[in-house]
This record gives sequence, structure tokens and C-alpha cells, in this order.
Amino acid sequence: MNWIAIKMLVGDRTKYLGIIFGIAFATLLMAQQIAIFAGIMGHTASQITDVRDADIWVMDAKTRFVDEAPALPETDLQRVRGVPGVAWAVKMYKGQVSARLDNGQFRSVILFGIDDNSLVGAPRQMILGNVEDLKLPDAVIVDKAGYEYMWPGQPQQLGRVFEMNDRRAVLVGICKVSPPFITLPVLYTRFSQAEWFVPHDRNLMTYILAKPAPDVPAKDVCQRIEEQTRTEQRQLAAMTQEQFKWKTINYFMSSTGIPVNFGITIALGFIVGIAIAGQTFYLFTVENLKQFGSLKAMGVCNTRILGMIFLQALVVGGIGYSIGVGLTAGFFEATRHVTHLAGLGMYPEIMIGVGVAVLFIVLLASVLSARRVLLLEPAAVFRG
Amino acid sequence: MQTIQALGDACDSDFEESVIGNQQSAMETAMVSCRAVTKEFGTGDTRIEVLHGIDIEIPPGELVLLVGPSGCGKTTLISIIAGLLDATKGTVHVLGEELGALHGANKVRFRGKNIGFVFQQYNLLPALTAAENAAVPLLVAGWKRNEAVAKASEMLDRVGMGNRLKNLPSQLSGGQQQRVAIARALVHEPKLLICDEPTAALDAHSGQTVMELIRTVAVQDGRAVIVVTHDSRVFHFGDRMITMGDGRVDSVKTDRAEFSH
Repeated sequence: MNWIAIKMLVGDRTKYLGIIFGIAFATLLMAQQIAIFAGIMGHTASQITDVRDADIWVMDAKTRFVDEAPALPETDLQRVRGVPGVAWAVKMYKGQVSARLDNGQFRSVILFGIDDNSLVGAPRQMILGNVEDLKLPDAVIVDKAGYEYMWPGQPQQLGRVFEMNDRRAVLVGICKVSPPFITLPVLYTRFSQAEWFVPHDRNLMTYILAKPAPDVPAKDVCQRIEEQTRTEQRQLAAMTQEQFKWKTINYFMSSTGIPVNFGITIALGFIVGIAIAGQTFYLFTVENLKQFGSLKAMGVCNTRILGMIFLQALVVGGIGYSIGVGLTAGFFEATRHVTHLAGLGMYPEIMIGVGVAVLFIVLLASVLSARRVLLLEPAAVFRG
Repeated sequence: MQTIQALGDACDSDFEESVIGNQQSAMETAMVSCRAVTKEFGTGDTRIEVLHGIDIEIPPGELVLLVGPSGCGKTTLISIIAGLLDATKGTVHVLGEELGALHGANKVRFRGKNIGFVFQQYNLLPALTAAENAAVPLLVAGWKRNEAVAKASEMLDRVGMGNRLKNLPSQLSGGQQQRVAIARALVHEPKLLICDEPTAALDAHSGQTVMELIRTVAVQDGRAVIVVTHDSRVFHFGDRMITMGDGRVDSVKTDRAEFSH
């Protein structure tokens, strides 16, 4: 009987393709939009996750997200280093400055000032140059997308000179980093060098990166840092990398219209899927009502009919979902080298989530359709 | 007086026993036996009685014509005989089995095994070939696909459709589609064949051919055939004609000469 169900399904080619198109379109819309949304949300915390060598981020307790950290006095670094369970702690600057290029144009850039000695927080993947070259005078490393933004259409070339805060900066390397939320160039320099590149302020250190001692859980160390560095005037916040990542993502989720915009598009994909696939599948079943009635008259029980309808729904759902996921993957593969779309892609969780949504669509469509068939009296086949 | 009364009671009692005995005997031998069958639709003020105490017997090996004006209850009666509807009152025995005592899956299984259907509009599955369509009852009974299609092909050959096995219904004429429907109705060798207006959608020639087929192929092996029809041109194929009117059996004729009157 399963074979009959499949033949009935593919026999009506127009509706068969119509349902598949509806589900594929809904899958594409939902999967692509969720993937882009997840990617963009991931970008908001990319500068946190790019730091692989430190597990703990210490900052002012009022910090809401990674781009908004008030500067800390240098004494905080010593206080953190003095907390039991901290293996080491180094300072880091992260901020936004203006760069003046050799052609006179200005570019806003994200500047990281990393520990002079350990270079903790330095980029991991170099395209051109060497991380150790950061120790050279005036040295900076820029990310690939940032290079294309600062010197569009020009070949990758080290030794380029530009200015930040009227101080000379020399490009010693081009690296690959996770794309930031704001598409600005990401520059790395030593902390002592950053003090020259950033307009002078009383304090420059925005974060303290720390590593817990072996066998000491990072969360416990975070708790100790917060407890032992607390004073009546100020308080430090210490978070694991994962905690800080989600704090940042949650800030963007709750403080921007991004989730609403994407949510509407994803909901539209879902509704379009239900509308096209559901309606077409319903029509398909209703048009086959007489055939189903005949089968019932010939001794096919309701359970079997229900099974046939569910099978038809699962087949079109499976094919439509596969096409939709394939198209989504194709989109991300085709745009992999587009700078401003880099870092976006499918995740297994998204595929599973969209799969569940598609399953819901086809099951809803089949339940609505099956209702008509199940309520159909077999005697109706004699009514012409 | 009391003695006379007692004798009378005894006679009545003997008579009733005799009648009941005859009825039981008839039920045992008849393919279909309906006793005081009543069917109502709706409830309360909208309740309507469409069958009023139908009594009929259909013996095996006969082609029974069920005729009457539209709305007289023919379709309701065959639906009850086929187990597609339940009688409100009365009993229906098919092959000695009381349908009222069968429920749910048992009734569906009984119907699938013992009754074949030929519909006015053929009701073939458009996506299946002639052979596959004819194989459906066997597939319902759990046969393997290849074996079912092979057996169905043999049956199609018997109804003169052996050369159109792989044709879709859309590639067949009305008469050919009805032949496929007959093959489908007979492929699982049911004991009772119910045909609802089998010639209504066909031209005169095709109608004659289809009825000849039903007559020669279906009425065999003790099988009974019920044909609901308005088509007086095919009356001569019947062995018995049951005429209905307004939910009642008006007449039962067995003399073919009287069928057209």
C-alpha cells in the first residue's frame, strides 16, 4: 500500500512539484535567515571567541557587552594576579580609533592592544607576515577584510604606513579573524604601542585576560576574582569566555531590532511553507477523496489510509527539505569568499531545527487532509 | 372455548416455528438475506427513514437487478449489504455472517475478502496502470506486489484487457476502464459482487459488452451479483429483478419476460 501511496503522490505531477517547491522555499527561507541571524549574532562575540589562550575575561562590572568596556586602572591587574587560582593575567586594550591612510582618507578601526611579552590575544592565523613582528616598533597587524576595506583593490603588501592619533603605524602582517559585528578593520598591536595610537586617557586597559591554574575550574576562579577584588567604590566582573560571549550576544538580542527583523522573515518562511505546502497537499488529498473512498470500500482501514497520507507527507517533506537545505548550503558556499558575508554558514542545530519545523508543516498539512479522508463514509463512493 | 383457543395457539406456534425455520434455512442458503431492514438518517426533527422494512433474499449464482426511481433507496440498500452502512433496524446476513455483529476492522476485513465493487465512475487510481489498478484488492489483502500484478494481469486477460496492462486509466476508453474495474472487483475472487450503475457512463455498445462480461465472468463459482441500474437495455442479463419504490420492495420478478414491464 505504501507503493500505491507513492504512485498516487508522484502521479499528480503538478501538485507533487508544487508541494515540494513550497517546502523547499520555506526551508530555504527559514534555514538561510536563521543561519544569517545566528552568524551575525556570533559576529557580535567573535572578538571574544577569537582569543583562544585565555579562559577568563575580567572587566568593569558595569560592562554590558564587548564593545563597551570602561577602562580599568593598572592596579586592577595586580589585584587579579594576586587572586589564588589565577595562573597568569595580562592586560588588553580594545577600542575604536581613527586611522589616517597614506592617501589622506580616514578609516575607523577596531584596535586591540595585547600584552607586550606574551602576545596573548594575538591572531592565530596569519595570511602574510609573522605575529612576532608585532614586537617591532610601530607594528600593527590587520585582518584580511580590514585590509580590503582600508586599501580596496590593492594587492596585499606589508610595510604600508598610516597614522593613528598622529602616530606612525607600520603594517607587519595580515591575519584572518572571525568577522566582527561592525564591519571595521581589526588591528592588533602591542599594549605599549596602543598607548601611542589611542588619544591619551587616564587609563587604557579595558580587559584583563587570565588563565586559571591547572585543575581549578574557571568559574570558581571567576567567583574568587569578583569576591576578592571588590571594593566599596568599584567592582570587577570576571567571566568565562562562554559567559562573556553570551552576555554580549544577549545584549544585542535584547537591545537591537535584529531578532525581530529576522524573526519576522523566519516566521514568514514558516507561514509560506504552511500556506503553499499545506494547501496544495490538502487539495491533493481532497481531489483523491474518491480514490481513498474506493480503497476504504475495498477493505483498507483508516489506520492504513492515515499511514499512506503520512508517508506521502514525509516523502514530499523530505525531498523539499533536502532541496531547501541544499540551496541554503549552495548560497553560503557561493558567498564564502564575499568579504562582508564571510563567516556565515549552516550549523547542524539549524538544520535540525528547520527539519523539525518542516516536519511540523507536513504533519499539520497531512492531519488536516487526513481528517477529510477519515471522516469520509465509504458509502460515499456510490454517490457518483 | 379455552380448548379451541389452546389449539389455535398451538397452531400459531407451529406456524411461527415453521416460518422461522424456513427463514433460517433461507439465510443459510442465501448469499444475501435482509430481514425487516430499516435505515434512518438524521436525528430529531431532521430524522428521515429511507428504507422501510426491506426483506430480500439473493441466492448464489444469480445476477440480481436492483431497479427503481432515483431516491427510492437502492444505493442505501447496497451500501448496507456491502457493510458500508449499518442498518438502523433489522438484520443483514451476507454469506451467513450477520453484518450487525461485525464491527470495525472485522467488518472491513470481511468486506475486503468477500465483496467486490464496480462503481459507476470506475474509481480507478489515475496514477496506476490497468494491471496495478486491478491488483489493488490483492495488495489490500497483503499480497506481494509482483504476485498481485501477475494475478491481476491474468484477470485482465479474462476480461479482454490483456493487451492494455500497462496503460493508465487516462489512456483507456470508458468501456475499457469499466472492464479494468470489473477485473479489480473479481481479482480476489469475492463471493458477492456489487455493481452500482456499471453502464451509466457508457454508450449502448460498451454497456452491453460490460454486462455480458459481468454475466459470463462474474456469475460463476456460486458467486452472486447485484447490479443497480436504470438502464432497461441491460435488463435481460438479470436472473431476478427487485424493483424498489419509496424505500420498499415493490416486486421481485424472476421471469425475464416480465423485466421490461
